[in-house]
Amino acid sequence: MPRSSRAVALAATAALLAGCGSGETPAAPAGSGPEAVTGDVTVFAAASLTEAFTRIGKDFEAANPGTHVRFNFAGSSALAQQINQGAPADVFASAAPTNMKQVTDTGAVTAAPVVFVRNRLEIATPAGNPAKVTGLPDFARQELKIALCAEQVPCGAASKKVFQTAGVTPAPDTLEQDVKAVLSKVSLGEVDAALVYRTDVRAAGNKVTGLPFPEADSAVNDYPVAPVVKAPNVSGARAFIDWVLSDKGRAVLTDAGFAAP
Amino acid sequence: MTVSTARRDRRRRARAPLVLAVPALIGLAFLVVPLAGLVVRAPWGTLTDQLLRPEVGQALVLSLVCATTATAICFVLGVPLAWLLARSGLPGRGVLRALVTVPLVLPPVVGGVALLLVLGRRGILGQYLDAWFGISLPFTTAGVVVAEAFVAMPFLVISVEGALRGADPRYEDAAATLGASRWLTFRRVTLPSIAPGLVAGTVLCWARALGEFGATITFAGNFPGETTTMPLAVYLALETDPGAAIVLSLVLLALSIAVLVSLRDRWISTPS
Repeated sequence: MPRSSRAVALAATAALLAGCGSGETPAAPAGSGPEAVTGDVTVFAAASLTEAFTRIGKDFEAANPGTHVRFNFAGSSALAQQINQGAPADVFASAAPTNMKQVTDTGAVTAAPVVFVRNRLEIATPAGNPAKVTGLPDFARQELKIALCAEQVPCGAASKKVFQTAGVTPAPDTLEQDVKAVLSKVSLGEVDAALVYRTDVRAAGNKVTGLPFPEADSAVNDYPVAPVVKAPNVSGARAFIDWVLSDKGRAVLTDAGFAAP
Repeated sequence: MTVSTARRDRRRRARAPLVLAVPALIGLAFLVVPLAGLVVRAPWGTLTDQLLRPEVGQALVLSLVCATTATAICFVLGVPLAWLLARSGLPGRGVLRALVTVPLVLPPVVGGVALLLVLGRRGILGQYLDAWFGISLPFTTAGVVVAEAFVAMPFLVISVEGALRGADPRYEDAAATLGASRWLTFRRVTLPSIAPGLVAGTVLCWARALGEFGATITFAGNFPGETTTMPLAVYLALETDPGAAIVLSLVLLALSIAVLVSLRDRWISTPS
């Protein structure tokens, strides 16, 4: 609750600032140029972006009255599939270049995607780490309950790489469809350890204890963002991406634990 | 002979008025066309290769075993529950009936979360199962069965309860006056008299369990050979290999149709 009220306060401040700004600069005539942003902006974003993008969306709406940002957060591979099937998305933000390639290959997204943040994996355990997990080798222990992302989602691909680097064969009990599903299994205490992004550990607050590990260096994820070719709201897509790449957008992303590219 | 002719006559007379026929046909198309789409888009050229992949067989066997086990559990628990709702003089039966049907309207994912909160390793009951018996249901095949039974049981209970309420209790009274015990009456009089409803409920329950996705992936997770049932495999395949997903769906579709048609002809008599 305090979190959401803080978000509201933030959005209100942003709205005020935006109001001041437009009063000082001579605004472009309505309906011309990329500044005229209205209507729904539909953003398909990787599950790991849930918290950061929700905040960015609120800020963006406040700064662009008349806009409404709608999000579809899911595993990047599921989103890529939906876009290829013609889902009416304006913006696609993927947690890995591989899944962005799935949509550029089919021509659903042509503009060169821009990498806007990077993220790295961290070991997540229930609060206090009851199973005393110390590193990747613990993931091979049969007696522990382990959750990992499925290989086709970016966090799963990254997990596979870190295990290869560490020379560990993990013994997972479940392969989840996106990183948030893994995280919920950890915060409920149903698994002893899991690999998620460090941003997810931060988002989970005190329900999850994070454990950085050196092998994560071998699989740092680049997050690309791009407008969708058949975007119903082309100017909205452009404006949202610009906002994400702006200092305000970066500040929110950094605050969530993402690293600059 | 005469009965069937009379029936045919009645059917002929009930020619549908346009107001009913048009929406009925649209409704039929709405249900059938997407399934036909699966058949049209199926990669027929590589069908056999796809079907022979070990994951397909593994998921299919797991699905059949889990759905059947879940149905058996639903039958053993659900039929007495239906009887309780239909025949006993229990106070507050209306409330009970509403509670029993909640899993019908609950999004299955929520059902899965509820199961985790109760039967999970840290769950209200699950923590004792784990501490006393070392039993942990999530991420196991048993967990799949539990999730499927939770979602599918209301279908059986509702069908059987309806059949029980429709059955004439005077036969049971007669059996009782002839000295039959209540258990004997239930077995030899009540159950046979509701056989069609019983079979229909069981088939419905099985079909629901076979197609279960949300509660299963939430409560039991996803691991090939242990908890990846056909619907989960379809969902997974959709993201990497849509062709394989269609093949898997066709297998499920064919299986369901085969079971429903064969049972319908043999067991489920529809009053027409």
